[in-house]
Amino acid sequence: MSTAPRLTALDALHRSLGATMTDFAGWDMPLRYASERDEHNAVRTKAGLFDLSHMGEITLTGPEAVKALDYALVGNISTVGVGRARYTHICQEDGGIVDDLIVYRLGETEYMVVANASNAQVVLDALTERAAGFDTEVRDDRDAYALIAVQGPESPGILASLTDADLDGLKYYAGLPGTVAGVPALIARTGYTGEDGFELFVAPEHAVELWQALTKAGEGVGLVPAGLSCRDTLRLEAGMPLYGHELTTSLTPFDAGLGRVVKFEKEGDFVGRAALEAAAERAATNPPRKLVGLIAEGRRVPRAGFPVVADGQVIGEVTSGAPSPTLGRPIAMAYVDAAHAAPGTSGVGVDIRGTHEPYEVVALPFYKRQK
Amino acid sequence: MSTPENLRYTKEHEWLSDVVDGVATVGITEFAANALGDVVYAQLPAVGDTVTEGETCGELESTKSVSDLYSPVSGEIVEANQDVVDDPALVNTAPFEGGWLFKVRLSEEPKDVLSAGEYAALTHSDN
Repeated sequence: MSTAPRLTALDALHRSLGATMTDFAGWDMPLRYASERDEHNAVRTKAGLFDLSHMGEITLTGPEAVKALDYALVGNISTVGVGRARYTHICQEDGGIVDDLIVYRLGETEYMVVANASNAQVVLDALTERAAGFDTEVRDDRDAYALIAVQGPESPGILASLTDADLDGLKYYAGLPGTVAGVPALIARTGYTGEDGFELFVAPEHAVELWQALTKAGEGVGLVPAGLSCRDTLRLEAGMPLYGHELTTSLTPFDAGLGRVVKFEKEGDFVGRAALEAAAERAATNPPRKLVGLIAEGRRVPRAGFPVVADGQVIGEVTSGAPSPTLGRPIAMAYVDAAHAAPGTSGVGVDIRGTHEPYEVVALPFYKRQK
Repeated sequence: MSTPENLRYTKEHEWLSDVVDGVATVGITEFAANALGDVVYAQLPAVGDTVTEGETCGELESTKSVSDLYSPVSGEIVEANQDVVDDPALVNTAPFEGGWLFKVRLSEEPKDVLSAGEYAALTHSDN
């Protein structure tokens, strides 16, 4: 049985821009418009415009929305102020990561959860089930929003020319309702590129108008449309995990080196608590494989699933790899045995189709923007 | 998308130049280069290698994937393009010119090649 891919509100626009489209989690999304390397560099040095309408928005409202979220997720959502956002995980009873999420607190009793496209349905189902005992309504808002991101050092200037919202007062990981180019939008200072930038949640019928206004506003400062391909190399350089690669149901947040997102100190039980307490203890006594960065000495590109080797033994596995436009060399994230995880560890290689290519072990991220 | 009239093509998106003194030049088409995205690594056959029509003889690695490189002809490699090894992006920027991949002394005439018109029709249908 074949299902036609879903199209975003910007689909015709992408095609008119000559985008190469790709299937991503059931959506037909722009992979790149021209050169993904040029798009990557534009985001690092100027600005890039992304269509991220495939992301899954789920809204929880009502007096016990926050209690439901504290029970359903591993984070402490009750400490999130109105207008702020929090990175967190939703885990299974056994502690395995179902997805990584951003939760925005839009009002006193209103929260928006943004899930990865590939997990949106699973997260929606889990939240619906986990919220059942609480006085809250879980609303599927996946069709209610288009999502446009403008990312890069020029993005504050571009956005400022189109909105009266107080962007200076909008901190990283914060979001507030406003108007951009005459269009009502939730303006969030978030992104997935390692750069300063904004994500704009708008009604789908306003998406084209907003995209065009941003394009025009960015004309003089080097804004280019940017696809999922460069988004992946940007997040990889920034050391940001991607669900399905660095995060899976077979890993707990502690195995993924993200144990800090689990807040045992919060009140009441939450899904996965017992298993995660055990995982935390295990991690403390018997360190699991550690997520590290690898930088190639040569030019061959490590890919997800390739074995990491040392002294002829497999000591880990690549989770994501790509040529890094910023470093000019192939890079990868990989889980490796603790004994080989220290930056500078020598003798580590990646098995690239039978050849052991030498790699340097480094701490993540590969790239950090200058503030 | 350009499809130079003076070249011959394969369904695997290689191009083949006119044969001069028994030697033909091989590259990949603009269509293939676009589909690959930015090429970042090229493993080309070495001088002296024997290649066989329709069989793999190297690989091209782009940001997103690795693709096998097929030889459109049988024969012996007489030159590999070191410029492409040093700067694989040439495959994207000049697929029919500076981004050529290797030169082969033909041991036999290729059997399975397309004219520019046939190749253009094929790639339009692929679109």
